[in-house]
Amino acid sequence: MQQLDIPKKKPSFMRTIAAAPHIVWAVMFIVLPLIVVVWYAFTDAEGHVSFENIAGLSDYADTFLLSLELSVIATFVCLLIGYPLAYMMARAPKHRQKFLVMLLMLPMWTNLLIRTYSIMAILDDGGFLNTLLGTDLHIIGTKGAVIFGMVYDFLPYMVLPIYTCISKIDRHMWEAAEDLGCTPFQVIRKVILPLSTSGVVSGVTMVLVPSISTFYISQKLGGGTFELIGDTIERQFVSGALNTGAAISFIMMLLILLSLAIMNRFTDADEGGVIV
Amino acid sequence: MKKHLSRIYMCLIFGILYIPILTLILFSFNATNSTAVFTGFSFRWYAELFASPDTFLALSNTLILAICSATLSTVIGTAACEGIYRMRRLPAKLLNSVTNIPMMNPDIVTGMSMMLCFVAFVGVLQIDYEQFGFFAMLIAHTTFCLPYVILSVMPRRNELGKTYSEAAMDLGCTPLQSFFKVELPNLMPGILSGFVMAFTLSLDDFVISYFVGSSSFQTLPLLIYSMTKKKVKPDMYALSTLIIVTVFLLLLLSNIRSSKKLRKGGGRS
Repeated sequence: MQQLDIPKKKPSFMRTIAAAPHIVWAVMFIVLPLIVVVWYAFTDAEGHVSFENIAGLSDYADTFLLSLELSVIATFVCLLIGYPLAYMMARAPKHRQKFLVMLLMLPMWTNLLIRTYSIMAILDDGGFLNTLLGTDLHIIGTKGAVIFGMVYDFLPYMVLPIYTCISKIDRHMWEAAEDLGCTPFQVIRKVILPLSTSGVVSGVTMVLVPSISTFYISQKLGGGTFELIGDTIERQFVSGALNTGAAISFIMMLLILLSLAIMNRFTDADEGGVIV
Repeated sequence: MKKHLSRIYMCLIFGILYIPILTLILFSFNATNSTAVFTGFSFRWYAELFASPDTFLALSNTLILAICSATLSTVIGTAACEGIYRMRRLPAKLLNSVTNIPMMNPDIVTGMSMMLCFVAFVGVLQIDYEQFGFFAMLIAHTTFCLPYVILSVMPRRNELGKTYSEAAMDLGCTPLQSFFKVELPNLMPGILSGFVMAFTLSLDDFVISYFVGSSSFQTLPLLIYSMTKKKVKPDMYALSTLIIVTVFLLLLLSNIRSSKKLRKGGGRS
């Protein structure tokens, strides 16, 4: 993700050793757990090597596709709503921008459980919305409710990186484009959009990854009518079927790390888009 | 015209973002346990919240955990930046990719993998997982905070270069002395922002704690989760309101501080 600027000189041993605690930590608590996951994924409950867990994953293909569908839609909606918002924030007067960023940060730093729960209380059958309107709308338990929950919870994660990216674009750039005869729309399409790709990519990642793996949102807003892949993992964990849970986690990790690696290929050249 | 349109759009989106939070705050003051009809103003749910010992235990657990894991990850991370800076390009890149894994991976996978690993540890060491509760959480939180600490210290370390520390050593400092006298003060802004980042991430984490934690060590997000499992009761609203207000005050404070710095001409980084 980030570019390192390391001089090609002989490293001084005394200084390099400062990284030793970190290396030990990373091996013990990052690499080792991943090895344990792979080990659990390829063994049965008695600890014998078996491919049953992986082979049994085809049962969960539908769940996985449903998660993919909902999270892709949610990410797309976030982008659609978030990009204009980020653009408007970046074009607002400087003194107001700080206030707007703070307004965006407050929901971001509020716990996800609280945010999800608050929309559940509003959308619920006998909830605030229905009482207010005097209607009997059934919203919880629909796909729409889950997608709304994802969009609501993760929208700030889309807006912030894009905002950071756009606000870093030199104002002279769009002035120049305007001087050379671009319409405002063309300025956005030909100047702002290409220069904010890295913000979009990191925004998309930051929305897609948590929404594809969520289990709280679908638990609360799905009303128990459907299960996403995160729910499946959580259910395996609660019921103690750790091998299946590990197998699903392993496959999910492979898919996500792979797609992140591919995405990073496209934006390798710039270091921007890192949040906060 | 365009200005009005963008103002309306911003109001609309921020309105949608804030309505649920505001209703939650409103109903925390409700006299009955309804979360749909406001019947009257009362502090009943706050009183009930403060009467429960769970709340304070969870609060102190959360704070202790956040302080410990933020400190640990900041110390390890800052030292690591120094080491990574002196490393050759290839090992440095490799180490960085490994460090970033918890940041890229979905929380649920990180939580699951660490839990499995701890179960294996506990099995080998023949100890009770319940007793291991705090340490399991500390290790997990430190691990997912580390990449963020490195991310905020590393750019400063690269910016600083090695000329200053070389000068210090030419003037007779030992490498350790030059680190504490020259590098550390210069890295301080990055270290501080890394610490704050780690602290807030630890406070906020639910998913990884849920997988790694045990009943012996409950944090606020875990308490909220168990509260929302039961039938709706506004004491959870009261707790949430208190958390939101705290977050708001902290944000306001940091905003005022940084704008003061701006006015002084120090700029922010």
